[in-house]
Amino acid sequence: MAKSALLKSSIAKKVAMALSGLFLILFLAQHFFINSTSVFSADVFNSISHFMGNNPLVQFVIQPILILGVIFHFIMGIVLEYQNNKARPINYVKNNGAANSSWASRNMIITGLVVLAFMGLHFYDFWVPEMVYKYVEVNPLDETRYFAELTHKFESPVRTAIYSVSFVLLSLHLWHGFNSSFQSVGFNNKYSRSLHTLGYAFAIVVPVGFIFIALFHHFNH
Amino acid sequence: MKLTLKIWRQKNAKAEGKIVEYPLDGIDEDMSFLEMLDVLNEGLINSGDLPVSFDHDCREGICGSCSLYINGEAHGPDRKVPTCQLHMRMFKDGDTIFIEPFRAKAFPVIKDLVVDRSSFDRIQQAGGFVSINTSGNPTDANAILVPKHDADKAFDAATCIGCGACVASCKNSSAMLFVAAKVSQYALLPQGKVEATDRVLNMVAQMDAEGFGNCTNTGACEVECPKGISLEYIAQMNREYLSASLKG
Repeated sequence: MAKSALLKSSIAKKVAMALSGLFLILFLAQHFFINSTSVFSADVFNSISHFMGNNPLVQFVIQPILILGVIFHFIMGIVLEYQNNKARPINYVKNNGAANSSWASRNMIITGLVVLAFMGLHFYDFWVPEMVYKYVEVNPLDETRYFAELTHKFESPVRTAIYSVSFVLLSLHLWHGFNSSFQSVGFNNKYSRSLHTLGYAFAIVVPVGFIFIALFHHFNH
Repeated sequence: MKLTLKIWRQKNAKAEGKIVEYPLDGIDEDMSFLEMLDVLNEGLINSGDLPVSFDHDCREGICGSCSLYINGEAHGPDRKVPTCQLHMRMFKDGDTIFIEPFRAKAFPVIKDLVVDRSSFDRIQQAGGFVSINTSGNPTDANAILVPKHDADKAFDAATCIGCGACVASCKNSSAMLFVAAKVSQYALLPQGKVEATDRVLNMVAQMDAEGFGNCTNTGACEVECPKGISLEYIAQMNREYLSASLKG
């Protein structure tokens, strides 16, 4: 079989989608861990943020891989949605999707696009100012600025509300995406039930935790 | 029972189709769904109209000929039965029932509710078989030891009747459950392992060439499958495919 045919195959595409999704889940977990320290200690949050923002491995290797991962996952999602729509040129007059599948599984494109739009805002809020601060204005290192920047952003009730709603959509995306990724890479055995529970827990705990962090800083600072 | 049927009518593959409404009376709840359509067709023929075309053969839930998308679900609201085993007791007097053909680019409508599912045949021909030597001195199948667990799993996969409900139910029109069942039933048995690599690569390539969509693991296929084929087989096929790709 030609390698080009393999790369175009539907299974290769779903595995690629799953692996990029699992990579983003790992990123989300570490992001959540770092953000949650801001609730307990400004100093700890500052020092971890300083490390992540100035470590060359994180900045120049992991960060570009992450951005590529996001772009790949996004483009692949759009391509798959387009191909899947083409596979049914005439829709049913009456379709009862709720009878056999979850809303989250049928609407990954909607929740995904909302999360993508949120990421645009999130980059505008934090990543772009950070890049300008470090690499355009070339300001001196300041290990204590991160906590103040974080709390300043969540003073706005509108931003806090947008973030909170986006995390609900992220939760729905993870609700299907987490377990779907493992199914796509062929993981379906006696441990699947436990993994499903872990997936659903992750899909609730992490987004709810992010919402809590946003509300915590909104009401406390 | 008194019903209102809203049925997709389409003269031929090229004609435009539309939903046509038919009032129907005198239906017994013990009738099968197809018998209800027989009653409708007798009435249509007696009044000089063309009967509604639909696929059926054994009417025993075995052959996989019957199809129909009934009230938004493949094979209707009952579980683990094809349309021929669906009975009118699943509906209420006064109900409106939508009846449409299975929809997919790879299942083009031939007439009314009849669709061309020969894409499934071509997928089978691409590798859904075991090559055996029937001349000379073949080995007795009973001499090949098969673990009970594997035999049971292979048999479960082999219960797929190839009706296409998985494709019809999937929001992406994916045929993964069908292909997974066919790949797995052989991959699990020693006789099938010999050609396992070529089989999965060729069957998946043919599935993609037929224009089916990509699987996104919604699980709709498993719920609507009249034989209860599990998503587990799709995971098995994904493993088979990845391993075959690395080998091939």
